[in-house]
Amino acid sequence: MGDHHDPFLTAWQLVAGADARLAGIVLLSLRVSLSATLIACFVGMPVGALLAVGRFPGRRVLIVLFNGLMGLPPVVVGLLVYLLLSRAGPLGQWGLLFSPTAMIIAQAILVTPIVAALSRQVIADAWAEYSEQLRSLGAGRLRAATTLLWDGRFSLSTAALAGFGRAIAEVGAVMIVGGNIDGVTRVMTTTIALETSKGDLPLALALGVILITLVLSINAVAYALRGWAQRRWG
Amino acid sequence: MSTEAWLAIEGLNLIEGQTHIINDVSLQLAAQRTVVLGANGAGKSTLLRLIHGLLHPTAGALRWPRALTQAMVFQRPVMLRRTALANVIYGLELKGYTAAESEQRARQALARVGLESLAKRPARLLSGGEQQRVALARAWALEPELLILDEPSASLDPASSREVERIIKDIAAAGARILMTTHNLGQASRIGEEIVFIDRGRIVEQTPAGSFFNLPQTEAAQRFLKEVTPL
Repeated sequence: MGDHHDPFLTAWQLVAGADARLAGIVLLSLRVSLSATLIACFVGMPVGALLAVGRFPGRRVLIVLFNGLMGLPPVVVGLLVYLLLSRAGPLGQWGLLFSPTAMIIAQAILVTPIVAALSRQVIADAWAEYSEQLRSLGAGRLRAATTLLWDGRFSLSTAALAGFGRAIAEVGAVMIVGGNIDGVTRVMTTTIALETSKGDLPLALALGVILITLVLSINAVAYALRGWAQRRWG
Repeated sequence: MSTEAWLAIEGLNLIEGQTHIINDVSLQLAAQRTVVLGANGAGKSTLLRLIHGLLHPTAGALRWPRALTQAMVFQRPVMLRRTALANVIYGLELKGYTAAESEQRARQALARVGLESLAKRPARLLSGGEQQRVALARAWALEPELLILDEPSASLDPASSREVERIIKDIAAAGARILMTTHNLGQASRIGEEIVFIDRGRIVEQTPAGSFFNLPQTEAAQRFLKEVTPL
């Protein structure tokens, strides 16, 4: 690929021509980060709800812990998952290192605290409003937690979105556990990092544009969804 | 209604921090419809919450000669993000009714508060008065032996307020005991059989409604009646 032709033009040609290599990278990125976000929601939202309405020893410590883990450095998560999955590690016999599955695991670990902490905030606000009514009707704390998760479904989409934004944009964790293998574990962010250092700016630029467009349009859809939900359900 | 007390409150106290919110309250509740009156911050709502079990007293006890099933309606109705009907069903399912039974009872309850046409509407988009009627239906559907209401019409317009009053009377006529607070003295005299007057956490007076509004026994109650314009 040309080094000092107009990189913007080449980037546009890659996008417009639906370049197969480019498409593969984008699709893998989406697959990894969406799966990781899905897992993080399954774990993080119930955890957040229980932290919001539950009364058990260590609750405050866990809240501080999850809030702190929101800022977990991706490279550290990558390193830990690498150690777990490497041949000599405790889960080494599964042979997952340098596979998309390893990347999903790493991103899920990275994103779960974000989803949990943001969900806890949403559910705690709702609990402040609903707790007397729900307790009056005889709802136990577990039942209250599930009720509030459903009732807060539209607000919780923001938590899921923040998690997805974090996952799709991070480089450190997927780079370490995926290995950035061409055609196997190469995602948008790792490709951008690699191609930029190699000097192939068009591909990096094309991916950068797609990444930003993707994140913006998902946010726009979520915003529209919340507006619709507000009008539909109050 | 027998005159035997359905609830005996003995030496009830609630202290939060430095504040003595409920101060050594002893009370026999025997009337079918009791209205608790008092100024803002006197402890009316707190007393109802203690009786309903939402708060635990610092000291003292509630003695129920026979445990009564209860429901409570709050000043601000709390509606879940689902239809009006589903809000009523939610309470019934928590009490263990089957889905089919819950739906049938919920529909009947909504009809009794005049909202059957709005059953499928999202509850949070209803007007304040309609939401309070859904809350009343949700409570009524449970067929409680004791219905506790904390200023159920305080934030409503006069028409909605009258409708809420009509429903409370219907619920009482169906046999439930009523224990409520209100700022509306007219409403208190129309609903209440007995008035409990509370001042700064203490029970000052407990009298039949007729004599309370004609001539309160205590100075505090006389002052209260003078300050609040009857509606």
